[in-house]
Amino acid sequence: MADNVKNTAKDPLFHISKRDDYSTKRSWGVRAIAIVAALIVCAILTTCLTGDNPIKVYATIVSGAFGSARKTWVTFQNLSILLIISLALTPAFKMRFWNIGGEGQVLIGGLAAAACMICLGDRLPAGLYVPNGVVVLLMVISSIVAGAVWALIPAILKAVWNTNETLSTLMMNYIATQLVAYYIIKWEVPKGSGKIGIINQNSNLGWLVQLFGNKYLLSIVVAAILTFAMVIYLNYSKHGYEIAVVGESERTARYVGMKVKKVIIRTMLLSGAMCGIAGLLLVGSINHTLTTTIAGGQGFTAVMVSWLAKFNPITMIFTSLLIVFLERGAGEISTTFGLNQSFADILTGIILFFIIGCEFFIHYKINFRKSAKEEKENDD
Amino acid sequence: MKKLVALLLTLAMVCSLCACGGAKKEGSDDTKKAVKAGFIFLHDENSTYDLNFINAMKEACDSLGVEYIQKTNVPEGQECFEAAEDLVDAGCTVIFADSFGHEDYMIEAAKAHPDVQFCHATGTKAHTEGLSNYHNAFAAIYEGRYLAGIAAGMKLNEMIANGQITEADCKMGYIGAFTYAEVISGYTSFFLGARSVCPSATMEVTFTGSWYDETAEKEGATKLINDGCVLISQHADSMGAPTACETAGVPNVSYNGSTEKAAPNTYIVSSRINWAPYFEFCIKAVQDGTEIPADWTGTIATNSVLLTDLGAAAAEGTQAAIDDAKAKLLAGELHVFDIATFTVNGEDLTSYMADVDTDAAYEGDHEVITDGYFNESGEGFRSAPYFDLQIDGITLLDTAF
Repeated sequence: MADNVKNTAKDPLFHISKRDDYSTKRSWGVRAIAIVAALIVCAILTTCLTGDNPIKVYATIVSGAFGSARKTWVTFQNLSILLIISLALTPAFKMRFWNIGGEGQVLIGGLAAAACMICLGDRLPAGLYVPNGVVVLLMVISSIVAGAVWALIPAILKAVWNTNETLSTLMMNYIATQLVAYYIIKWEVPKGSGKIGIINQNSNLGWLVQLFGNKYLLSIVVAAILTFAMVIYLNYSKHGYEIAVVGESERTARYVGMKVKKVIIRTMLLSGAMCGIAGLLLVGSINHTLTTTIAGGQGFTAVMVSWLAKFNPITMIFTSLLIVFLERGAGEISTTFGLNQSFADILTGIILFFIIGCEFFIHYKINFRKSAKEEKENDD
Repeated sequence: MKKLVALLLTLAMVCSLCACGGAKKEGSDDTKKAVKAGFIFLHDENSTYDLNFINAMKEACDSLGVEYIQKTNVPEGQECFEAAEDLVDAGCTVIFADSFGHEDYMIEAAKAHPDVQFCHATGTKAHTEGLSNYHNAFAAIYEGRYLAGIAAGMKLNEMIANGQITEADCKMGYIGAFTYAEVISGYTSFFLGARSVCPSATMEVTFTGSWYDETAEKEGATKLINDGCVLISQHADSMGAPTACETAGVPNVSYNGSTEKAAPNTYIVSSRINWAPYFEFCIKAVQDGTEIPADWTGTIATNSVLLTDLGAAAAEGTQAAIDDAKAKLLAGELHVFDIATFTVNGEDLTSYMADVDTDAAYEGDHEVITDGYFNESGEGFRSAPYFDLQIDGITLLDTAF
């Protein structure tokens, strides 16, 4: 492909061609160099702009994520939620269905869970009582169904009318946010405050179980199970194979007799259902409240996590860890150094820029214009 | 190859330095064993609301010589609980939070750490929760808003005297965040202050549904100005309303602190809560081992309710009128919510059951009309406002929030 360019009269100064000659070892080398380069750039920026010792800043990032047992648990809890959402988006992405509606699917799942907790709790007429086990069961079912339905709508639009799923999934996010905002006003305590507060703070009705008395563990265990299941599903199941084929070429899939519409709808149901589980955990296990920002943009961050990991669930553990690690560290920087959070976000941005940018150099090479002699050698 | 070696060497250096830095950090954490105060803020200094708290934190801790740790941008969710626990881990024995939505998580933290004092600004639950280490605080900011309202009324009078407006169109506009008692109490006291000097004043109120939404606040102000409001005030935390007023040349009474820099020609005055006295009170209480009351209400007398210097837009004689009313408030001769000064649905108010003990049904539970006035943030009730009456003269444009 690149050779065509060479023969023209005027070669450009450089051109870009794909490469697949890098060994795993070499690509990891490039990544390491990128991280070091990012740290150096951040160090220079930190010294110039704030006068703080960059090394201390880096140490603070580490201690922000792993500085104490509690911090470490929280880091892993945050990691598990981001991982679940990333895993949820992955089958859709593999199918080349751009589900950027994770945020809304998580929110609507959370709304469903909160609705069960609130409506089956203190608000029931006097004398009526729903046992905790039933409430939790209903929460699990309704969150999963709500998330799935939120993904199903754009899936049907895509499968039947071939609408642009990027737009429709994005729009569904706003609908979900406004629905949550509406119900917050409906359920607010005290009146007019626009806040729900902790749901069932005294009765703990609908609070998901703490595994081994550890309140962080449930999400982590769920994330571990889902990661394992997703590896199997994508790599060793018929469904996983169908997703890959549809992703490569819808026409091929149709040619070999796959029902593309069915695959799209089925995969999006799965994607939405898993986002619903993330919403369930956020409301039922972690926050015990509902806000419009409870998903915290993770539905979008997950897109990056999934892509960075090239849709590999195991790699996703590390890419989401990277994001959560930087996020937790950023918070700690502003506390320890009294720096504005925005500065920490700048550092995070630079580091991510280098890490994502280096993938380009692993997969492509830049060919500069060469002298005739070199060119001849090259052609042999 | 040389480049690669150089890069690897740098990597090694950075790593080793990182290790050194990490080791140092751990050692230096617990050198001081004195009282350490922890602060949890919803946003950072870019929000006027949080900036007001941050300044008070610095003032209080510096004057007492106390070490402090601040956590900014803490959302109103489990993150608040984690932040509180983090502060406990770091050795804080008194922890403050500044946002209403932090309350439930502060209560959870208070239950988990009975030896640490948790003080929450603007909350409503301390008096019913019954925890000895969980406390609420607010300030009688309605008194400050009443005084700011007087400045607004004086401005209206000046505009009438100059022939800019007639007595009939003395309409003010107000941008509120939510239809929450704190906001209602705020705009009502502002209105009563204005009407105490300009009897024909009326007011329109619009709500944004957010404590910080620059666009919505700006749009709200513009909407009110287009609707014929000749003076604007607000209870939300961005610069949206003051800048909209400056653009339109409409005088503005601000909140949380001076906005004179952004609106030099239209800025009249601003009221704000000074949190430093409360922070000092609590830190001293922890130092001395004395009890902190479940509810603490700052007043003009405790220096918790402040008015800024007057801006260029203020009318002549404003300062004297404010000083006069302030002296009367301090002496107890004047009450902001004197039932003789307002009516509800055309009728005098003689009795009102307010929702002081928060519940999901919003039921009234305390008689709050005492000695001829609505006893806002009164002794024996709670510090956070509970005045939620719609008085005559104020029109609500939308109550969606």
